[in-house]
Amino acid sequence: MSAKITPMRSAAESALIDRFPAVKASLPGLASAREDAFAAFVAAGLPTRRNEAWKYTDLRAAMREAAPLAARPNDAEITVALKGPSPLARQGVVTLSFVNGHYVATAGTLPAGVSITPLAQALTDGHPLLGRIGALKLANGDLAMSLNTAFMTDGAIIHVAEGVTVDGPIALRFVTSGATAVATAARVLMVAEAGSQVMLVESHEGQGALAHQPNTAVEIIAGDKAVVSHVRLGLNSAGAVALSTLTADLGSETSLTSVNVALTGAVTRHQAFVRFSGGDARAQINGATLLSGTQHADSTLVVEHAAEPGGESRELFRTIIDDEASGVFQGKIIVQPHAQKTDGRMASNAVLLSENAAMYNKPELEIFADDVACAHGATCGALDDELLFYLMSRGISKAEAEALMIESFVGAAIDFIDHEPIRDILHGLVQDWLQARAARLNAGAPTVS
Amino acid sequence: MLEIRNLHVKIADEDKVILNGLNLKVAKGEVAAIMGPNGSGKSTLSYVIAGKPDYEVTDGEVLLDGVNILEMAPDERAAAGLFLAFQYPMEIPGVATMTFLKAAMNAQRKQRGEAELTTPDFIKRVNKAADLLGIPKDMLRRPLNVGFSGGEKKRMEILQMTLLEPKMSIMDETDSGLDIDALKIVAEGVNARRDPEHAFLVITHYQRLLDYIKPDTVHVMSRGQIVKTGGAELALELEANGYRDYQSAA
Ligand SMILES: Nc1ncnc2c1ncn2[C@@H]1O[C@H](COP(=O)(O)OP(=O)(O)OP(=O)(O)O)[C@@H](O)[C@H]1O
Ligand SMILES: [Mg+2]
Repeated sequence: MSAKITPMRSAAESALIDRFPAVKASLPGLASAREDAFAAFVAAGLPTRRNEAWKYTDLRAAMREAAPLAARPNDAEITVALKGPSPLARQGVVTLSFVNGHYVATAGTLPAGVSITPLAQALTDGHPLLGRIGALKLANGDLAMSLNTAFMTDGAIIHVAEGVTVDGPIALRFVTSGATAVATAARVLMVAEAGSQVMLVESHEGQGALAHQPNTAVEIIAGDKAVVSHVRLGLNSAGAVALSTLTADLGSETSLTSVNVALTGAVTRHQAFVRFSGGDARAQINGATLLSGTQHADSTLVVEHAAEPGGESRELFRTIIDDEASGVFQGKIIVQPHAQKTDGRMASNAVLLSENAAMYNKPELEIFADDVACAHGATCGALDDELLFYLMSRGISKAEAEALMIESFVGAAIDFIDHEPIRDILHGLVQDWLQARAARLNAGAPTVS
Repeated sequence: MLEIRNLHVKIADEDKVILNGLNLKVAKGEVAAIMGPNGSGKSTLSYVIAGKPDYEVTDGEVLLDGVNILEMAPDERAAAGLFLAFQYPMEIPGVATMTFLKAAMNAQRKQRGEAELTTPDFIKRVNKAADLLGIPKDMLRRPLNVGFSGGEKKRMEILQMTLLEPKMSIMDETDSGLDIDALKIVAEGVNARRDPEHAFLVITHYQRLLDYIKPDTVHVMSRGQIVKTGGAELALELEANGYRDYQSAA
């Protein structure tokens, strides 16, 4: 194609490139993986709209400057960071806290059959599962993953032994904190061996308005017949440019449920790369996103059916967009030639609450097998007037009728979570969002409809 | 109770005129029936009274106890004591029937400056009304109307009417889809609340309902107007002769 030209580096790109040699020298382990990932980043730069995978989220424009990679916090900083209430952490039978990408504490008791090693320690000591970090090729070349791999500081390796049922959620709490904006790169690998059952919940928390730049990756490897449920909650600082990635490699007859609830942050992107490596697995991947102000949130999903029988994947993404916010859903289902009998269904539904709200839907199917049932549907529109009228005709105010409809709309994605207390907490956060909206409506000029 | 004067209504953003100078009065304590051919504008009339936004009132007034309600939002009309049992009740996915009922009952109480119902009081009222209408408890736990049969949806409308205690109830073809037992129960419900404080406007195609709810007045609607008004005997006449005498009257 065209001759190789040296791209103009943005300030953020230059800073990241300049930073790497010193960071590499100070960060333990996986040197060649870091080098490769860094080389991939240098070659591609930060993605812009011209990069098909980032078509609607111009990361290069959003990340004008690269915030410095956060140092390990001291005790005082840790205390401050962990002081605030954490919605999901208290549900964990065991909770790992990370401040600015560094492992700082474990609370609760480690369930039998589960081992957890902080990643920095695993990297230094040479953990037997290190080789499985970054093993899912499906996510290779993804820019957020490359940056995370190049700069990963800490995180955890979680191992759930064969046949073990873990009684409650393993919770990961990622907090960004400090007087100035920082970049973080935490990485978690969970290997759930054959026949195990486990729930992993992550909350991403940031106080204030600082433009933190967290980039977190969680990798799940599920053995045959494992049952894994996963919940991610995005409560980043209001100014955050936050990236997060879930990868999942599913063995035969496994079941994965993943629900991402995205609430705060200026520019956020959550990606899921899910590969059906074993036959007849099942995955339900959901997202519930509520946006206001000038927020931008991107949900990007790649599901690859790569075994026979191809298994069943269901994706349900619900997005509520108010004010001038914008939402993105990019979903791709790939069915490899031998993955016959794949049954994949992907839906993205968005509700625009204001004339200036925007949604970009990009569903794609890449099907190379002939005996499959795959479908996708994307809708985008205002709340249904007829339903609003029906509710209002019973005396329910417009604001409350809208709230009922919004809650049920995103609730459809949340309600796949089996764990009732966590489901309730997430519904509570949606209600908080609705109350904030009601307050905005009351404060602003009365809207005429 | 309800007075409609010279009502002209068209579809918003279109030229299509549906109501064409309609006049109608329903007095306190009265049960009035409207009959009329398909497409004559009966549902449109009920929607306009309830405040559906798709229509534009180009002329006329709708007075509830002397107050013009056309400028009021649908929820305010409901709080003023108006209730419409829909011909085609909406399915509301994700909103549990109980959640909806509680929101509706409390919203109206709030608008009237009354205290919210306590949960036990609320449940007691719902259970009592549901039992009376033969609505099983598990239906109340399901999302509102989603997957309900035609008759179940109609029963649910009447459950709401019972719980919200409106003074002016409009029932748009509530009898279509109801089985005979349910029809009798609904009629009993209406008859029990036939007193000087309540009024009913019953839209129907069938004389049978009027055997159970004997109307004080029967109106014939055709092409967006009331073209004939009489007593209960008018319904019998329509049953025998159809609408041919009225089709060209408008
Ligand atoms: N939103 C709309 N857009 C276009 N036409 C409409 C709309 N609403 C009603 N109409 C038309 O207005 C006329 C009156 O409809 P309406 O539903 O009020 O009739 P109806 O008397 O209730 O009939 P039925 O006995 O079949 O229930 C019909 O011709 C209908 O197609
Ligand atoms: Mg009708």
